[in-house]
Parts: sequence; C-alpha cells; structure tokens
Amino acid sequence: MSIMEYNGGSVIAMVGKDCVAIASDLRLGSQALGISSNFQRIFPVTDRVYVGLPGLATDVTTLRERFRYRVNMYTIKEEREIEPETFAHLVSSTLYQHRFGPYFIEPVMAGLSKTPSGGFKPFIAATDLIGCLNFAKDFVVAGTASAKLFGVAEGLWEPDLEAEDLFETISQTLLNAVDRDAYSGWGAIVHVITKDKIITRTLKGRMD
Amino acid sequence: MNSILQRYSGSNAGGLSKSTIDEDNDFSDAMWGSEAGFGTLAKGVPGFVVPSVPDPAAFLRLHTDDHADPSCRIKIQHGTTTLAFRFQGGVIVAVDSRATAGSYVASGTVKKVIEINPYLLGTMAGGAADCQYWETYLGMHCRLHELRNRERISVSAASKYLSNLVYSYKGMGLSMGTMICGWDKTGPAVFYVDSDGTRLKGDLFSVGSGSTFAYGVLDQGYRWDLTDEEAQELGRRSIYAAGHRDAFSGNTCNLYHVKEDGWKFIGNYDITKLHYEGPGDVAGSPGHGYGYDMRVEGRSSANPPEAPAQA
Repeated sequence: MSIMEYNGGSVIAMVGKDCVAIASDLRLGSQALGISSNFQRIFPVTDRVYVGLPGLATDVTTLRERFRYRVNMYTIKEEREIEPETFAHLVSSTLYQHRFGPYFIEPVMAGLSKTPSGGFKPFIAATDLIGCLNFAKDFVVAGTASAKLFGVAEGLWEPDLEAEDLFETISQTLLNAVDRDAYSGWGAIVHVITKDKIITRTLKGRMD
Repeated sequence: MNSILQRYSGSNAGGLSKSTIDEDNDFSDAMWGSEAGFGTLAKGVPGFVVPSVPDPAAFLRLHTDDHADPSCRIKIQHGTTTLAFRFQGGVIVAVDSRATAGSYVASGTVKKVIEINPYLLGTMAGGAADCQYWETYLGMHCRLHELRNRERISVSAASKYLSNLVYSYKGMGLSMGTMICGWDKTGPAVFYVDSDGTRLKGDLFSVGSGSTFAYGVLDQGYRWDLTDEEAQELGRRSIYAAGHRDAFSGNTCNLYHVKEDGWKFIGNYDITKLHYEGPGDVAGSPGHGYGYDMRVEGRSSANPPEAPAQA
C-alpha cells in the first residue's frame, strides 16, 4: 500500500498561446472505496496563479493552509502579489523544510507571469513531494494517473493553442487518462487562465 | 463413441507430473485436431509442464504471490464484481467487465460469464486464465456425462466435479472464485466454488472486490417471488452499485437470465450510462439514472428540478 495512492487523484497543467490551463479529477477515495465525487484539489493563489495538490488528502488541506499563510505574509511584506516563479520556489522550500518527514503531495502550478514590457508569459511547474522543481515548456502531470497522463498528453498537446483549444486538449487528456486509472476519475474540473479572464468548467466523467 | 469415451475417461485428478510432457516431442495426433481446444488432454488427464526445481509450488509462489513481492509477479486479475441469485423465475447472473493490473485499467470489455453449455453458466473472479480454462474443461466433462448417462448433468454434480478438480491442485497457486449456475431437474440452482475447495449451495452469492457493494443492494431488494423484470433490474442495479463505488470494478455490466429452457443473454450496459441515464428502454427500468444526483432530483429544496428553458 502506497501512501501516495491512498486517496487517489491526479492533476495536469498545460501551456497555450498567452494562456495556461490546470485540471484535476474530483475523486476522493479510501483505497478502492470511492468516498466523494466533489473533492477540490486545485486552489487559486492569486488572480493569475493556481496550484493543484494531488496526493494524500489530509496533506491537501494542511498544505493549502500553509501556502495561504506564506503567500499572505509575502503579499504584506512585499506589498504586491506573488509571481508564479516566486510561488514555485515558495512551494519548493516549504516542501524541502520537511525533507525527512514529507507531506505526501506533488504540487502542480500554473499561472501567467508579468513581463517587463507589461505583457504576460505562461508559466507551469511541478515538484516532487520534497520540492524538486520541474519547469516544463509544454505540460506537467502528477498523481495516481501520472503515467497515463504523460502518454495521452504526449499525443494530444501542440504548441500555441488558443484558450478554447487548450481547454479541449487538457479536458480530453485528463478524461481519457483517468479512465485508465482505477484511483482517479469520478468527474473533473478545468481552469483556463488568460490575461483577462479565468474559465472554470466542471466536466462530467465516467462514474466507475 | 465408446472409444472416444474410453480415451477421456481416465482418472481426472492429480494430473501433474514432472515428466508428463516433453514440450517439443511427444505430440499425439490429438494435439493437431480441434478436440475442443483440449488436445493436450488426449490421454484423459490434463498434463502441465512443471518447472524442474525441488519445490515447484514454492517456485510459482515466488513469481505470483503479490503479498510477498508486489513488484515482480505474473499479474493476476483481482478486482471484480460478480453475482448470481436464484428466484422464482430462474437464476440471474450479472458481472462487471473491468480487468486491472495494479491501478492500471487493463481492459473494460472482459467477458466474466463463461458459457459452459446452453444450461450452465460459470462466473469469473480471481485468475482469469484459471477460470476460463477449468470451466471450459468442465464443459467438456459435462458433455461426456451426457453421453454416458443419456441425461444432462445436474448443477450440483457439475460444481462438485469442478471443486474436486481444483482441490486436487490445492497449494499450487490456482486462484478462482466462481459461481456455477443453471437449471436442472431440481429447478434453478447456484453453487459457489472456489480454489480453496469450498463448495456452497445457496440462493444468493456475490464474489470479488466489489461484492460488499453488490450485497448491499442485493440483500435490500431480494425476494424469492421477484418477477423476471424485477430480478433483472436488481442484478443490473447491484452491479452498478459495485462498479460505481469500487475502483477495481466497472466499465460495463453483463446480464444473463437462466430459465427452464437454458440461459439467455439479456444485455450489456455501460455503467456510466446507467449512472446518468439508467438502463434505457428495458424491462424493469426505473426511467432515470441510478446516480444519487439523478435519483434525488426534485425531491428536496436542495436539489430543485432543472428549470425549464426560457422561451
């Protein structure tokens, strides 16, 4: 029995043209037993940064509060909103503080970062459970269906997708990957972050 | 006819010996004939190639037992939900169709009901190959019983044949939990047989990782005087419950009904479709999805019915 597979669940993030998307399934389980089909594991950090926390459900709640605390402290001290790159390092350092007794979470981050010229640049990253950062240019995955997500994403993703096309791509990737994973599924939620709005949609998925 | 009977009527148990078959030589003509796919059994006794080590059973366990070593093993299908129950109108047999290897859903279209002959069905839980092989083999011997005795084998006799057979391989790593279902002189019958050698007669059984979920629905709705439609609906609904809650069961439900004139395949139902829309236009359908949100829609102020579209 792996503690990373105890509650199940998966998260994926993808880069598009001037937009990013992050999506997750909605299952909370206790090993083989499905408990809830409405478990949120993606949270907004700022208006332009989202974080997904697949892994042990108890640590989802704890880490979410820990990140909220540290982000609030940062905002107060710096008197500005945190940038996605900075947040990624905040996540990494929080996790590495617990190097010898880790939180069983592999966070996935997605956001738009400000450029010096005043524009926005897509940003995605993921870490392992002790905070090793992985900055990817295309997509990042984590959770019990990560192997399956890699396979489908590798086949469906292409560069410079517009927001609606990115939504379709990430939705199909997630839905099809979790259907091949016993511990993920039971519906899904997708967030697409663009410079002027955030599209959030709940998807119907297979319920078995 | 007698010569055929003779050839198959050797002892049926304990057909294991280290030198039974030299893999490449020693083909009998029967190997090349169809022999119902059991050409290797031409001598009347099934022969298996056994690893040439001092303790073959221990060797096998080393490579198959997932508790001892989860990383290296021959993958065996564990997650399943199967059920069968006896009622006034015959026997209902319902199963799911998911096969998993660890957390990977290897297939969603597995046939877990084995059609032994037109009057006998077997269900599959545990080792897929073990169930498939031994229940087909059982079918062969049921036919020989018919030829010898000029009458159909009883469900009791067929299940006992299987349980004696698997008992003779006890400790060798066979893995099966099966229900032998059918209709004989005594009426509808269901027997539970597993690879430990257990053989139980009963009205209602469910086997597999999702069996607890199926029992929950089954026990609640079961009566002897169920109508055919009610019974089929109960089977379908029970497999849905298991497919929904159990991570290792799901995809589709296969439903069979055994009556006096033999078994009939009722249908294949997608479990997600059952959740959202229900079984559709079939006998016993509730007319809506089995899922909680679908079932309670409009029943409380927390779940108002969908507002009609504005004109």
